[in-house]
Amino acid sequence: MTGTNAIELKSITKTFGSVVANKDVSLSVRKGEILSLLGENGSGKTTLMNMLSGIYYPDSGEIYINGEKVDIRSPKDSFDLGIGMIHQHFKLVDLFTAAENIVLGMKGKTKVDMKAVVEKINGLCEKYGFELDPYKKIYNMSVSEKQTVEIIKTLYRGANILILDEPTAVLTPQETRTLFKILKKMREDGKAIIIITHKLMEVLELSDRVSVLRKGEYVGTVNTNEATELSLTEMMVGEKVTLDIERPEPVDVNPRIIIKDVSCSDKNGIKVLDNINLTVNSGEILGIAGIAGSGQKELLEIVAGLQSVDSGSVTYCPPDSDKCQELIGKSPLQIRNLGVALSFVPEDRLGMGLVGSMGMTGNMMLRSYRSGTKFFTDRKSPKKLSEDIVKQLGVVTPDISTPVRRLSGGNVQKVLIGREIAASPTVLMTAYAVRGLDINTSYTIYHLLNEQKKKGVAVVYVGEDLDVLLALCDKIMVLCSGRISGIVDARSATKEQLGLMMTKHSEETEVGDNDK
Amino acid sequence: MTNNSVHSKSSHLKEPLIRVARREGTSKLAAFFIKLLAIVLSCVVCLGVIYILTGSTPDKVASAMGGELFGFGTRQMNNIMNAYSSSPLEGFFRGLLSSKPFWRTIRDAMIMLCVAIALTPAFKMRFWNTGGEGQILMGGLATATVMIFCADKLSPALLIIVMLLASIAAGLVWGLIPAIFKAKWNTNETLFTLMMNYIAIQLVLFFNIIWDTTGGAGYIGMINKETHAGWFPTDIAGGFLGTENYIIHLLTVIVLTVLVYIYLGYTKHGYEISVVGESENTARYAGISIKRVIIRTMCISGAICGLAGFLLVAGSTHTIAKDTSDNRGFTAIIVAWLSKFNPFMMIFYSFLIVFLSNGSKEIATRCGLNEAASDVLTGIVLFFIIASDFFINYRLVFRHKTAKEEK
Repeated sequence: MTGTNAIELKSITKTFGSVVANKDVSLSVRKGEILSLLGENGSGKTTLMNMLSGIYYPDSGEIYINGEKVDIRSPKDSFDLGIGMIHQHFKLVDLFTAAENIVLGMKGKTKVDMKAVVEKINGLCEKYGFELDPYKKIYNMSVSEKQTVEIIKTLYRGANILILDEPTAVLTPQETRTLFKILKKMREDGKAIIIITHKLMEVLELSDRVSVLRKGEYVGTVNTNEATELSLTEMMVGEKVTLDIERPEPVDVNPRIIIKDVSCSDKNGIKVLDNINLTVNSGEILGIAGIAGSGQKELLEIVAGLQSVDSGSVTYCPPDSDKCQELIGKSPLQIRNLGVALSFVPEDRLGMGLVGSMGMTGNMMLRSYRSGTKFFTDRKSPKKLSEDIVKQLGVVTPDISTPVRRLSGGNVQKVLIGREIAASPTVLMTAYAVRGLDINTSYTIYHLLNEQKKKGVAVVYVGEDLDVLLALCDKIMVLCSGRISGIVDARSATKEQLGLMMTKHSEETEVGDNDK
Repeated sequence: MTNNSVHSKSSHLKEPLIRVARREGTSKLAAFFIKLLAIVLSCVVCLGVIYILTGSTPDKVASAMGGELFGFGTRQMNNIMNAYSSSPLEGFFRGLLSSKPFWRTIRDAMIMLCVAIALTPAFKMRFWNTGGEGQILMGGLATATVMIFCADKLSPALLIIVMLLASIAAGLVWGLIPAIFKAKWNTNETLFTLMMNYIAIQLVLFFNIIWDTTGGAGYIGMINKETHAGWFPTDIAGGFLGTENYIIHLLTVIVLTVLVYIYLGYTKHGYEISVVGESENTARYAGISIKRVIIRTMCISGAICGLAGFLLVAGSTHTIAKDTSDNRGFTAIIVAWLSKFNPFMMIFYSFLIVFLSNGSKEIATRCGLNEAASDVLTGIVLFFIIASDFFINYRLVFRHKTAKEEK
């Protein structure tokens, strides 16, 4: 039986200090099969795969590749065994072409025969249905093209086993569909594929079998055709869950922030936002959808006073007064004191909003350290606030003085949102609030946002997962390359509609793109 | 096909002999003992090196260190200890307090500590102030200028105060210039502060020639040699602390250490420094003016460096030359890093560095080695201390032994 298994892991255990990342994990992947690896954050999926790709070495346990026991001591060993891993963050040289990146680091003659390389790449593209220009430079590529380069890189080296770490997190629904087609072709070709993902829909659509990890332990493997979203979630979480996001009816809807004709450019003078007109209402959740980098970040930063504009106005209308105020020209501090809270979560969670090396108390002080006596800081009230947040939101931390950098992603998020909510804002802006969070924590965050909405707060939710946007928000604005391609009612819109709007903003501009 | 050959090759691969694994939750006590062990081991290695090179035995080395650093074995100390033979402990302390080498060690450690303390606020802000050397020299130059030109115009107390203020102002300006450039144009502070050192050195050389007192050798020489105007009194507290004590250095720097500790840990300014150092984006988000924090912090850093120059010129060398600062601006960087920017740890490391450099110089001379040998010895000790960090954060796992015997 083992002979037909491309990969077989037997009782793999890996610890980091006192943290057990993988405990006694056994699983197998057959040739010509797509296996989904499912688990919440910190359940040890990536650690397990890193042991296959030679980044970590297991503390105990055995790995069999094609039925033979192997020791994978380095990424090179892993390559030699025909294992290729596509990481979440691409490892490509921006200034090189696709073909140059693909042959980079390969052994052989000093002079590379580029023609032969390109021919081989084109052959692979044809075989599996990739679309790639081998001479295109990486910095000119979209995210999906870069991913294609990474996949071909592994195939070029003769990989028979492919591991993809959350490949769809950065793709539009259309791009995801293309990727799945390619993966299915590879399966037919007899390759073994492991895909790590959080999205259950994709798991069900794509894979043959699903293996589930929970807190580093192996829960079990099921055939996909016997599984449902609910059954898989229960395996992951270990208890019964409901998967419906609640959407309370908006109350007391009034314009809170009015954005008029706003345009802004980045430091190279390239337009990032073009003529944005938008009204954010109280008592509503406004979703913002779009491919990463379409101007979402800039829009929120403009409202928060962190980014300067070329033209336009942002008006803030406080709840208990008719006097509206212009926000542009005000400092971030003044805007925050008006009650506009930005719980901003950039790509790097700790990059803005929190100080990684400080404990919770120190991070609470970020908002309050100016109060109190003239020269000295007051630590008592932030400490109390931290304790309250730990209790109310169930933050898991050894101690409130533990640096927040050491907390898991979900807990960091809770700390950030907890602090912003504690200031009882009138506008709460969140970006990628649930990025990388597991299901349970995500639902806690959705719940928190709904609570704010019920209180009459104007909530802005910049999100990636279209299913969630459609289920949580009242309205969804779609951004595409810095322009609004439409504002839709979330109760009636569909995923396909949003996906199309994300890639093209209006009829005229679309022509140029399609001609290529 | 090709796979088969690959497999037969790979099956020869064995588990690696030694692997590095992260160690988490090392207690402070354990970390302290690892450090201590490293220091002891480094001493053993140093003694071994000395023995191999010169044949000097450890006891000879120890007596050289003791004599140089504390004055043990000198006739003066022996006399005092003999006079108090009824209570040896009192005799020991009285001997120590009246011993010149002991006070010299204190003085050097305090000046080193002062510079390390000065660099710390900037480093906490991730502003790599490598210009301590220049800031010290400018402080010293300002002190010397006041000593030369105002000695007969001001009362002794006023003279000292003017010297103090002048040195602080000079160091402050030397720290402020790169800070303004960093805040306004985001220039690289490491290179900028480094280059400012050379300007300071050249200025000192220039004034050494202008104010030359040796008739052409290019040295200022001892300032106010006869009147001692602007010199620190060295016989404070009468005979109890000996006739050449450096109690002023000790008190000034210790008070400063406590102040900087409080400033960094418990004030709004200190909080802002930590935030700016960790993430400028977060600082902007919190409404902190990064420019203001950079400029303010570098003023403090430069000012304290200037003060160190004052302590050097007024209280130690009584002249200004290009090597007055003796690389303290750079050595203090090591002190600040070894202490992980904790002011109280800096007291310990300042003494350690001074023990090392002064002690190893003495060993080198007594054992017939040259100056370079003292650098080798210092290097060995520092190597061990820095390497010990690795063993605090990581552990080695050997083949076949599983990781379970971790304490």
